[in-house]
Amino acid sequence: MRGKLSFALVAFALMGLLLAGCGGEEKKEAEAPAKKLILGVAGAHSGDLASYGLPSVNAAKLVAADINAKGGVLGMQVEVVSQDDQCKPEMATNAATKLLSDDVKIVLGHICSGATKAALEIYRDGKVVCMSPSATNPPLTQSGDYPNFFRTIASDDAQAMLEVEFAKKMGLKKLAVIHDKGDYGKGFATFCKQFLEEDSGMEVVLFEGVTPGAVDYSAVVQKIKNSGAEGVIYGGYHPEASKIITTMRKKGIDIPFLSDDGVKDDTFIKVAGEYAEGVYATGPRDISANPLYSVAEEAHKKEFGSDPGAFFFQAYAAAQALLNAVEKAGGTDYDKIVEALRTQYVETPLGKIKFDERGDAEGVGFSVYQVKNGQYVELK
Amino acid sequence: MEYFLELLFGGLTRGSIYALIALGYTMVYGIIELINFAHGEIYMIGAFTGLIVAGVLGALGFPGSAILVFAIVAAVIYSAAYGYTIEKIAYKPLRGAARLSPLISAIGMSIFLQNYVMLAQTSDFLPFPSLLPELGFVKHFNGIVGSSDFIIIVTTALVCIGLTLFIKYTKMGKAMRATAQNRKMALLVGINVDTVISATFVIGSSLAAVGGVLIASHIGQINYYIGFIAGLKAFTAAVLGGIGSIPGAMLGGLVLGLTEAYATGYVSSDYEDVFAFALLVLILIFRPSGIMGKEKIQKV
Repeated sequence: MRGKLSFALVAFALMGLLLAGCGGEEKKEAEAPAKKLILGVAGAHSGDLASYGLPSVNAAKLVAADINAKGGVLGMQVEVVSQDDQCKPEMATNAATKLLSDDVKIVLGHICSGATKAALEIYRDGKVVCMSPSATNPPLTQSGDYPNFFRTIASDDAQAMLEVEFAKKMGLKKLAVIHDKGDYGKGFATFCKQFLEEDSGMEVVLFEGVTPGAVDYSAVVQKIKNSGAEGVIYGGYHPEASKIITTMRKKGIDIPFLSDDGVKDDTFIKVAGEYAEGVYATGPRDISANPLYSVAEEAHKKEFGSDPGAFFFQAYAAAQALLNAVEKAGGTDYDKIVEALRTQYVETPLGKIKFDERGDAEGVGFSVYQVKNGQYVELK
Repeated sequence: MEYFLELLFGGLTRGSIYALIALGYTMVYGIIELINFAHGEIYMIGAFTGLIVAGVLGALGFPGSAILVFAIVAAVIYSAAYGYTIEKIAYKPLRGAARLSPLISAIGMSIFLQNYVMLAQTSDFLPFPSLLPELGFVKHFNGIVGSSDFIIIVTTALVCIGLTLFIKYTKMGKAMRATAQNRKMALLVGINVDTVISATFVIGSSLAAVGGVLIASHIGQINYYIGFIAGLKAFTAAVLGGIGSIPGAMLGGLVLGLTEAYATGYVSSDYEDVFAFALLVLILIFRPSGIMGKEKIQKV
């Protein structure tokens, strides 16, 4: 009933638009009252992982402002409504319910895989399309459980494969794989372990999880040393990684440290300081040659006076893809939006993208980075 | 053997920090039978004060050892002030209330302080300068024990000895023991119980602040949330050793630290907490009052 009513409203709005278009300037007051299109943004906006979540709010605001200046989507002005989940699953379900009750049809987020997974069922039941700029846990798309889920970042198994290939290229044979027991970190580490074991020339000498927030990691570092590992692969986020690398270097363990995009963050370098030097981390491919990249970056500098943070461009692309899909679908009908996301290309800072059957973006990938002189540098 | 010793020192370092914080829990419990859940936050505030002082003095070009001393002194003063104030505003008005009320008040205080520091400072992780000096002679130990481990263990030992002497020989120490035994009787013989309670909070907070600065400097990073887990572990240590007993808190801290280190080293770090809490359960089954705790005889 309600669905039909809103469909009728949209139809009227469209007709109104057409009339106004025909009538020219003087008939502008005859336009139907402008309806709003709400773009939900959910993720960690406070707490210790806020540096991953806040850039996506900025990205959504910038895309919305840009599209609103051009007349909006189907004549609707885009409004950004954000919900904080602190990357905690229980808060993510709250955020999702809240967005649902605001009648949001498209959501940019969530940020962390665990929180995303918790929120997805609520969105699926409410027929809401959800697109994450950063949740890389593979089953989110590969399980087929969430047809309403899309992402503008490649999944962890792709990243783990790259990590293992890179370790092989470096000539490392014995590797210690450490993770933080979380959905994201452990998932990534498990893929690394699996790929390492499939390769006959390489060996996993240690596979363990550390407890995030523990007072210190000296025991596990001692164990890495004792295991005879030639390198460490870490799956997780930067607070634990910086603690582990600092303890390792202080104890004089000078083996390569490889990690994931949870560690490819400037905060990691800031906190680990000199000990961060030489650390490898995979992260989304450098896309700075794309002209749309500089447009988005300039817009961020102008609006917020700072450099964009982690996953900003993935979030920017996701906002563009979502709004483009609504435009192409001719309304906020769930099936039509999903159809549009899978068939219509959109130009984004990440390149020209659309989504495959599972919801992964086609045309995005990962590279290996290394900290050199206090900065992450992409290794070609 | 070398591996065993490395784990031993790692465990002792961690245990020392637990012990420093656990002393605050146990002393407060001994005197007013309250679990001060805001104590972990006092430790965190101590670490933050150390960071700010170290940052300012470092910019002014002070030498490393002077920065360490000033950072610890400032952290002690600031945390002690916090401990004193918390007792006055959150616990004292509830002294006659049911036992649950001050406990809830403590949890509220803990959450308030966490959020206060998060808003006043930042929710990000911050780098902490390594203030602890490199000791030349430690190098001979071949990497088994690091300079900062050594300093933390020795400092904790000295602080514990100092505290024991204080409790045993000073007038205030005597008053504390008397108040712990029976608050009403202490009041009758002319001990100012309020002063004793305030002193307990001030001393406990100071010890936590020392622990905060030491561990932050050892690890190299802090954020507003570090007090939560450290506080939880220290509380466990205090219960393990027998809450209310000062030597118990020291022993409990060390036992907990060593258990965690050896569980990680010989089994898996996945089970670090499992072993720590399994030990707690075992001890409580066989010695309900903790390792050094005294059975309380309920007089009828």
